[in-house]
Amino acid sequence: MPVYNQSRSRVIQIIFVSVFLIIVAQLLHLQIFSNQYKIEAENIAIFRKTIYPSRGLVYDRKHRAILENTVMYDLEVTPSEVKSPDTLTLCNILGIDTVEFKKRVRSAIIKNSYFKPSVFESLLTPETYARINENLYKFPGFTLNERPVRDYPYDAGSVVFGYVSEVDSNYIKNSKDVKYEIGDYAGKTGLEREYEKVLMGTRGVKRFLRDTHGRIQGSYENGAFDTAAVTGKSLHLSLDIELQQLGEKLMNNKVGSIVAIDPRTGGILCMVSSPTYDPQSIAGPEGRKRFAELQVDPRSPFINRAVNARYSPGSTFKTIVGTVALTEGVIDDKMTTTCTGAYWGCGRRLGCLDPGTFAFREAVAHSCNTYFAITFRKVIDDPKFPNASAALANFNRYAYSFGLGRPLGTDVPFEKGGNIPVPSYYDKIFGPRWVSCNIISNAIGQGEVQTTLMQLANAMATIANKGWYYTPHLVDSIENADNEDEHMLDSFKVKHHTLDIPEHVFDIVQDGMQEVMEFGTGSAVQVPGIVVCGKTGTVQNSLNGVKLPDHSFFGAFAPRGAPRIAIAVMCENAGMGSQAAAPIASLMIEKYLKDSIPEPDRQALVEQMAAKNLIPKYMLQEMQAQDSARRARQEKILQQKLEKAKKDSAHINAVSRPAANANPVSLLTNKKTPAKKAKSLTDTDMTLVRRNEKPKNTKTTGI
Amino acid sequence: MTYNKPISKGVDWLVVFLYAVLVAIGILCIFMVEYKPGVNVISAFLSGKTSYSKQLMFAGICVILATFILLSDSKLYTAFANLFYVLGIGLMMATFVIGKSVNGSKSWIPLGGGFNLQPAELCKIFTALALAKYISLQDMDFSKTRSQIIAAGIALFPAVLSRLQHETGLALVYLCFFIAMYREGLPPKILVIGFSFAVLVVATLLVDKNWLAGILTVIAGAVAFFMRSLIKRDKAVLIYIILIWGVCVGIQRFAVPYIFNNVFECYQSQRIYMAIGLTYDCNENKAFKNGTSKTQHQTDDYNVRQSKIAIGSGGLAGKGFLKGTQTRGKYVPEQSTDFIFTSLGEAFGFAGCAIFMCLYIALLLRIVWIAERQRSTFSRVYAYCVASILFFHITVNVCMTIGLFPSIGIALPLISYGGSSLLTFTVLIFILLRLDADRQMVLR
Repeated sequence: MPVYNQSRSRVIQIIFVSVFLIIVAQLLHLQIFSNQYKIEAENIAIFRKTIYPSRGLVYDRKHRAILENTVMYDLEVTPSEVKSPDTLTLCNILGIDTVEFKKRVRSAIIKNSYFKPSVFESLLTPETYARINENLYKFPGFTLNERPVRDYPYDAGSVVFGYVSEVDSNYIKNSKDVKYEIGDYAGKTGLEREYEKVLMGTRGVKRFLRDTHGRIQGSYENGAFDTAAVTGKSLHLSLDIELQQLGEKLMNNKVGSIVAIDPRTGGILCMVSSPTYDPQSIAGPEGRKRFAELQVDPRSPFINRAVNARYSPGSTFKTIVGTVALTEGVIDDKMTTTCTGAYWGCGRRLGCLDPGTFAFREAVAHSCNTYFAITFRKVIDDPKFPNASAALANFNRYAYSFGLGRPLGTDVPFEKGGNIPVPSYYDKIFGPRWVSCNIISNAIGQGEVQTTLMQLANAMATIANKGWYYTPHLVDSIENADNEDEHMLDSFKVKHHTLDIPEHVFDIVQDGMQEVMEFGTGSAVQVPGIVVCGKTGTVQNSLNGVKLPDHSFFGAFAPRGAPRIAIAVMCENAGMGSQAAAPIASLMIEKYLKDSIPEPDRQALVEQMAAKNLIPKYMLQEMQAQDSARRARQEKILQQKLEKAKKDSAHINAVSRPAANANPVSLLTNKKTPAKKAKSLTDTDMTLVRRNEKPKNTKTTGI
Repeated sequence: MTYNKPISKGVDWLVVFLYAVLVAIGILCIFMVEYKPGVNVISAFLSGKTSYSKQLMFAGICVILATFILLSDSKLYTAFANLFYVLGIGLMMATFVIGKSVNGSKSWIPLGGGFNLQPAELCKIFTALALAKYISLQDMDFSKTRSQIIAAGIALFPAVLSRLQHETGLALVYLCFFIAMYREGLPPKILVIGFSFAVLVVATLLVDKNWLAGILTVIAGAVAFFMRSLIKRDKAVLIYIILIWGVCVGIQRFAVPYIFNNVFECYQSQRIYMAIGLTYDCNENKAFKNGTSKTQHQTDDYNVRQSKIAIGSGGLAGKGFLKGTQTRGKYVPEQSTDFIFTSLGEAFGFAGCAIFMCLYIALLLRIVWIAERQRSTFSRVYAYCVASILFFHITVNVCMTIGLFPSIGIALPLISYGGSSLLTFTVLIFILLRLDADRQMVLR
C-alpha cells in the first residue's frame, strides 16, 4: 500500500481551501467592493412611478382663486393586456378608425414596450371620459389615468399666468436647479414660468417591483421608500381679477395693452395684452391644436405687449422732460411760448395740434409740441454743461431714476428695457459735435426714445408718489414660503428714489396733468367725482415705410393727493391718445376706485369701447390671407382624400369583400378640419423675439 | 460482527449534520425562488405542485434511501463495484438507443410516470466505486504507468460517452477523479502540466499570438540562461527546454484555435471566451458553419450578467429572506437549478455566502479527514472520489454564477432543485458513511 503518498492529502486540502478563497475573494469584489451591481439591480428590478403634484394655486388681491387645478383623464393602453377588445365601439367613441387604432397600439409598443401602459389618447373631454368610463369593462388593457390640469375660473389673465406645457429634452438639459423628466409639465411664460420653482411642487415617487417582463409585482418594501407628491405653493397677487376682466373686455378687438399699478406698493393691479386668448382653450383636450393656431395668428397673441414690446411713449414722455427741465432750472412754470401750429426752430417742421400761447401747465394740458421742443433744447443746451453730450447724460440720469431705459426687474418674464439713447450713440451718428436740434424728436417722446408700457405706468406711479416707486410686481406673498422663496420677493421691497427733485416740481407737473383732464386733451373722459392726473400720447408710426394710423397712448394716476392707481394704456394704430387710450384708462380708474361703474352713460361708454374694432388693417389683411390659404389647403386635402377613398372602395369592390366602414366618403365628412402644421411648443420664444423686433422697424416721426 | 448492532454505530454524525443543514438550505433557497407574495404558502405547499414541496418529497425519499444504505453491508459495494460500473456504462450506451431528449441532450431514459433517469449522474457513483475497486486490487502497484492509464481509462470512459451525448458539463465532472488518483500516486507533473496547459490556453485567448510567442521565447531564454551551468554539463537539458518551448508555441499557435474552432461547438467557445471577458466570433466555428450548432450568444451573456447583478446587489448582509428584488422579479434564468446560488447571495449577502462556503469546505475537509483514517484502500479512494466530485461541482457551479468560469450546466450539490441530483449526492455520501462505519475492516 503506497502510504508514502500521505503528504499529498495536505496538498489536496490546500487546493480545496485555496480555490474556496478565490471564490470568497470574488464574492468580496462583487458584493462589497463594487457598487455597480447594486445600482444595476435597482434600475432593473425597481420601477419608479412618478406621481405628479398639483401646481400651486393663484389668488388675487381679494383672495379669490383665479388659477386652480382640475383633473382630466388620459386613456392609457397596455398592449400586452389588450384581448381583442370591442375595438369598433372604442373607435367610435374616440372618433378614429381601426387603422388609426392599430397604429396607436403599435407606436405604444415601440415607444414604451409591450408590458407598460402608455398614453393612447390624452386629456379626454368630459363627454368622452364619461362614455369610456361607462364602457371601460369592455376594453381590457385600457385604463383611465388622472392628470392634473390648470383651470381658469375667470377666463381672464392668460397673459399674466402664462401657460404650462410638457418639457422637452432641451428644456430638461437647460434647467440646472430642478431635475425634470419627460412627462413633466413646466411653466413656459408668465407667472407659471417666473414662479415655476414655487408653483411646481414636489414630485412623488412610488416604487414597484418589476419582473423580467416589466410587469409590476407589487410595491417595493411596502412603500417604505415611497414619497408623496407635495402640492405646489400658492401665490397671492396684487392683481384685481375684475379689473383685469374689464381691461380685457375694453381691449377686445384692439391691439395694445393696459398696465395698472398701485403706486403705494408697486403691486400690479392689472396687466392686459390684447389680443388675448382663452387660457382654458390651450390647457384642454384640443389644446395643442389651438396653441398652434394662436402661434401663427398675425396679431401674435403670445406677446405680452406690456413688457415684451417697446414703443415710443409719445407725448406722455413730456411729463418727464418737464420735470427734468423744472428741476434743472432751465425753465420755470411762468415761462410761456407761443405756438403758431408748428415748431420751426430746428429748420424742419414739428407739427402742433393746438395753437396758442402757453405757460407750463397749459402746455401739458394741450400737449404743446413747441413748448417742449424749446424746453428740451434748453435742457440739452444748458450752459452748465460743456456740451450737449454731458447735458444729455445728465438728462438720462433722471430718466433712469424713473425706471426708464433699463428692465425694471418685474416678475414678468422676458421684460424689455426700453431705450433711453445715450450720448455715445449720437456721437456715432452725428459725430462728436452734435447739438440739441439733432435729437429734437426725443422732446416729445418719439425718435429713439422707447419704453415698455410697464415702464410708462411705473413713471406715472413715480410722479404720483412725487419721487419714489417700488418695482412693479404681481406677487405679493407666497404661501408657506421658505427662505429661498422669500428672497424671490426681496427686490420688490426696496424703495427706489428718483434723483433729488423738489416736491414743488412734482406739484407743477401734477397740476398740468390735472388740467389735461379738466380742460386739456383728456377732458372728454373725466371720471366723475375723482381728481385724475393724466397725459395723452399720439405716436406717429409706419411699417416698412408705409405710414400707419397713430398709436394711441394714455398715462394717468388717481386720485391726486392720495394716489391709489397709476395706469398706462396703449392701442396700436387706434388714432389719437384721447380717442382710444384715454377713455379706456378713465373707465379702468373708475372701476378700480369705485369698485363699479354706476352711471349709465359711463356704462354705455364701456360697451361702446368694447365694441370698437381697432385691429390694424395690415393685420386684418394678413389674417385674411392666412384664412384663404388654409381653406385652399383644406380643399386640396379633401380632394386627395376623396380620390383615395374612391380608389380604395374600387379596390374593395374588386376583391368583393364587405368593407368595415362601408362608406368612406361619409367618414370623411365626419372628420374635423385638419389641424394646421403645428410648430413645436418651444418656438414661442422665437416668435416673441421675432415679433418684438417689429417696433424697431416701425419708423416714427414726430408731430 | 453482532446481528443487532445499531445502525448508528460508527456513523460520522458531523457529515450527517452538514448534509442535513445543506439540504435544508437548499429547500429554503428553492422556496425563495418560487415565493410569490399573496399566494397562500401552506396551500401551495400542500398541493405539491411547487418545486420546494417536490424537493422536500425528494429529501424524504433520500432519508429512506440513506437509512437503507446505512443498514446495508459494506462488502456489498466492494463486491458489486465492477458490476455496477458495467451496468452504468450499459445504461449510458442504452440512451443512444432508447434515450429521450431533454433540453437538447439525449441523455435521459424515461422511467414512466413523468420521471426520467440520467445514467450519467448515476455513473458518477459507479465510476467512483469501480475506480476504488481497481486501485485497491491486492496486487496493485499504482506507481506503474500502466495501472495509471487503466485507472484513467475507467474514469474517462463515461466522460467520453457523456460528451457524445452533448453533456459537456457532466463529462467534465469525470476529470475530478484525477484528484483522487493523484492522492494514490499519479505523478504530480500531470497536474502541473494540466495546470500549465490551462494557463497557456487562457493566455492564448488574452494575448496577441505574436506577443505571446515572444513572451514564451523570452521565458525559454531566461530559463536557459539561469540553467547555463547545467546545460554545459548536459546538452539534453537544452534540448528539453527547446522542446517544451516548441510545444508551447505550437499549442498557442495551432492547437488552441483548432480546439475552439473545430472541437467545441460555437456556444461553448463563446462561453469560455465570455468567462475571461472576450467575445468569440461564431463565423470561425466549424460546427456553426455546418449549421449543426445553436447560437446563444446574447442569452448566455444575459444569464451570467443577471446572476452577477443578483449576487452583487446582496451587499454585506443581503436584502433579507424573501426580499431579493432580482429573485422575485425572476431575472435570473434557471434560478432554482444551475443558478440557485444567486438567491442565497442576494438574500443573505456576503456574510451568508461566506458562512455557506464554510459549511461546504467543512464538509470537504471532513471527508478528506475521514478518507485518511480508513484502513482499506477501497474506502480511502472512494472517499477521495466523493470529495473530488463534490469539490468539482461546488467550484464550477459557484464560479459560473460569479463569472469566473464559463457557464455549464452543473448542479450545486444538495442545494439545486432536482431529484436525481439530490439522490445521487445522497447515495454518494451515505455509501461513504457506510464504508466509514466499517473503517476498521479491510475491504477489498
